[in-house]
Amino acid sequence: MSLTVARVEPSIAGVGDYIELMKPRVMSLVVFTALVGLLVAPGHVHPVIGMTALLCIAVGAGAAGALNMAYDADIDALMARTAGRPIPRGRITAGEAAGFGITLAAFSVVTLGLLVNWVAAAMLGFTILFYAVIYTMWLKRSTPQNIVIGGAAGALPPMIGWAAVTGGTAVEPILLFLIIFFWTPPHFWALSLYRTEDYARAGVPMLPVVAGDRETRRQILIYTLLLAPLGVTPWLFGYAGATYGIAAVTVGAIMIALALRVRAERGGHAACKQMFAFSILYLFLLFAMLLVDRMSGLTFGHITL
Amino acid sequence: MTTVSNPVDDFTKRFMGDPMGDPPPQPGVKLTEQQLRARRARSIAIALALGAFVIVIFLVTIVRLGGNVLTRPM
Repeated sequence: MSLTVARVEPSIAGVGDYIELMKPRVMSLVVFTALVGLLVAPGHVHPVIGMTALLCIAVGAGAAGALNMAYDADIDALMARTAGRPIPRGRITAGEAAGFGITLAAFSVVTLGLLVNWVAAAMLGFTILFYAVIYTMWLKRSTPQNIVIGGAAGALPPMIGWAAVTGGTAVEPILLFLIIFFWTPPHFWALSLYRTEDYARAGVPMLPVVAGDRETRRQILIYTLLLAPLGVTPWLFGYAGATYGIAAVTVGAIMIALALRVRAERGGHAACKQMFAFSILYLFLLFAMLLVDRMSGLTFGHITL
Repeated sequence: MTTVSNPVDDFTKRFMGDPMGDPPPQPGVKLTEQQLRARRARSIAIALALGAFVIVIFLVTIVRLGGNVLTRPM
């Protein structure tokens, strides 16, 4: 029996590589939606406590990103979109990324619990665990519903922001959760339609790989038809003003129009790329309008569970 | 003329190098310039992060204590 010991070279990873591990673009969306959850919640939170909560949520999101990259290094190396990440490039080992992610996760959850409140900390811990374990380790490689169920992790930040202020949850943050939850499938499937070969090569059962191009376009339309009315519910339920309502109806209608174009498209991906790009703007505008609503003095929180 | 070796000098040269000559080769991994630069950058980042963490703890402590920060039994 022979024992092979891998020689580990001293690391050449720079600070930028570790920042890349934290998926800064995803993190920015997480921080923004959490900020909206925090600001629209009823009650007052001291700015220092609020900033601390946001910092913890940002670090927690970074931890989840690092754990995702640590586990997915093998399939990341096979896909053009992800081959440039620090682990496939050989800048950081999967073990280093896992250690980094676990450390950040522990720090962010415990700090949020000690300095803000334990309800928000428990939600953050659950979000990290859900993304790293349920989505990354289990769903991503086993079902085409991976991003549908896994989308719950990305939808939780506004609820964490709300919980940081109120110490609990309510109907309003659940609506925000549902908006992001139903936004995730059309957003990711639009992307995966023009990255199908990548996912197929890596063996990831994304919907276009498993069910085909046409079925994915049909599902995008179905989810968009569910999403657009959901986006208007904060206004319909009286949690947001008419400004928000008009904006939500307008961007919702554009989303449906784009989804119809995606559905009608044959042999190209121009509509998918448009849908993917606009979906980011859609979510940003909806949440930004909620903030504007709040800043203009209209209340958001009424019904508490 | 015969040279008598000094056992203390021999020991010193063997294990600690010749004080008048080149330093002895060090055991372990020798880092390249790039690795040293990367390690230094990481160390500075960790120091800044820990410093920021201390400041956050300090600020939140002051905020939580509020006006009571000056109230203490003498």
